[in-house]
Amino acid sequence: MKRLLVFVKKEFLHIFRDFRTMVILFLIPGALILLFGFVVSTDLKNATVSFLDLSKDEMTQKLSDKICSSGFFKRGENLKSFQDIDPALRGNKIKAVIIFEKDFSAKLISEGKATVNIITDGSEPNMATMATNYISAIVADFNSELAGGGKAAALRVQPEVRMFYNPSLKSQHMFVPGVITLIMILICALMTSITITREKEFGTMEALLVSPLKPIQIILGKIVPYFILSLVDVIIILLLSRYVFDLPVKGSVVLLLAEAMLYILMSLSLGILISTVSKTMQQAIFISLVGMMLPTVLLSGFIYPIENMPKAYDWVSAIMPPRYFIIIIKNVMIKGTGFLYVWKETLILTLFTLGAIGLSMRKFNIRLQ
Amino acid sequence: MNEKVISVHNLVKKFGSFVANDHLSFDVYKGEIFGFLGANGAGKTTAIRILSGLSRPTSGEVIVAGYDAHKQPEQIKKNIGYMCQKFSLYEDLTVKENIMLYGGIYGMKKQLIRDRTKNLLERLRFEEYGDRLIASLPLGLKQKLAFSVAVLHEPKIVFLDEPTGGVDPITRRQFWEMIYETAARGITVFVTTHYMDEAEYCDRVSIMNEGKIEALDTPAGLKQKYQAGSIEEVFIRIARPGKN
Repeated sequence: MKRLLVFVKKEFLHIFRDFRTMVILFLIPGALILLFGFVVSTDLKNATVSFLDLSKDEMTQKLSDKICSSGFFKRGENLKSFQDIDPALRGNKIKAVIIFEKDFSAKLISEGKATVNIITDGSEPNMATMATNYISAIVADFNSELAGGGKAAALRVQPEVRMFYNPSLKSQHMFVPGVITLIMILICALMTSITITREKEFGTMEALLVSPLKPIQIILGKIVPYFILSLVDVIIILLLSRYVFDLPVKGSVVLLLAEAMLYILMSLSLGILISTVSKTMQQAIFISLVGMMLPTVLLSGFIYPIENMPKAYDWVSAIMPPRYFIIIIKNVMIKGTGFLYVWKETLILTLFTLGAIGLSMRKFNIRLQ
Repeated sequence: MNEKVISVHNLVKKFGSFVANDHLSFDVYKGEIFGFLGANGAGKTTAIRILSGLSRPTSGEVIVAGYDAHKQPEQIKKNIGYMCQKFSLYEDLTVKENIMLYGGIYGMKKQLIRDRTKNLLERLRFEEYGDRLIASLPLGLKQKLAFSVAVLHEPKIVFLDEPTGGVDPITRRQFWEMIYETAARGITVFVTTHYMDEAEYCDRVSIMNEGKIEALDTPAGLKQKYQAGSIEEVFIRIARPGKN
């Protein structure tokens, strides 16, 4: 036990003295969260729209006010003619142009319909689709207000949509769990595999192996510091999401941390497994990044929903442990569900963990023969 | 000089059908400097790994520091020191931290480590380097320090695997002085080297070729037997018999 403590202390010294390790451990998680939270935000907020109002009456005024007071759009400069549209969109500041046809109110009253043209910048397809959807929704809302106010309200079905668990559709809800999942793989698998292969490369591993330290003690000595620091990272990320993005943990924090520990343990054993098959640090980095990080980003459901993937990818993704962790963490964090709802995923993750530990221990011992 | 610290009898190590060590037999005595020579691939490293408890012999009797390499490798590890050709101190730790670490790993008490550290730094005239990072020391100093750390826990035997690779002749000389001092304290030194002049400094030398020990005697005895002027000639005759 005392031998193990001496070894763990040495690992901490390595970590605290290496600038790059410290950056990966403490700067990157924060930076990623802020990056995904603010920059890669996929929701529409204060997009500038310009109006080309050819009728300038009470109705068009009302509708344009309604659009601009929605919170999704803000009013840009008013356009005077059709010639202004192209330069306005090319200027890149304006995301959409809305055109009210001539005699808008008059037509609406006499013919019962009038036309609104929505022109968006198709070079940004996501933004364009979102803007179109939002504006159409606002116009539809405006329609039903008119109909409700008028005498002959047409009989019709009106959908009323509510987003459960994430009513304002904040994209942080998606990214915070994803980033935690990603960071854990990055720190645990990448960093442990690097520190072990580094000892091999510098020849210090030989000295450790001929010492009275048992292989299990060497592995534990490597795992313990990263286990603690990863947990600190999870807590930092949760605090950031709580106080910066106003996204608290709805379910039990204890359950969330326990699940995180399980996932960290699994990632650490994967890191050891990687270190047993790679001879150099470069090899370890390559395997960790290509074999662990890419699948985590692409196949775990972090960014792209698994439901939208071709069947074959779904099967591949089924053997990706991060997939299950993301389900667990989303459930506990955002829906606030208890252990009963995630026991199946937890069980799968536990099996992965045991498998990874068993395999890495065997590999580590074989190397000694 | 009669107490055996290493006793090897008919040691065989096979990797599949490849025989790395073919019936090795030799004894090494207390306080002896034992040179373990052989061309690359002759099976030296395999033998050292077995003697230091890192791998198990396929068959044969191997007793190191009084313990059986088949059954008690953990006991062997506690009673030996080891320094390999690749350098084995941590570059990003200070001199004192490295000593603390290895002392701790070998189960030494803190106070004892402190006393020996002070002693060791004085002996090497290293006092002012105690809190410097290993990375900032010249190679020669690092090598001497690594050796001192390897014998910090006063093992019965210390294994040195090409300890002087890449250092200048003066440091090499000083290093060998340290080896003599250590042997004089009763610690057996088991050393491999590619420098044939170093082989002349050993009490006894064994020369391996293709997994077998071809010759084992004092340097003077070997030179006489092979009618050679130096160990280098002896070595070449044994390693390449066809060409001479």
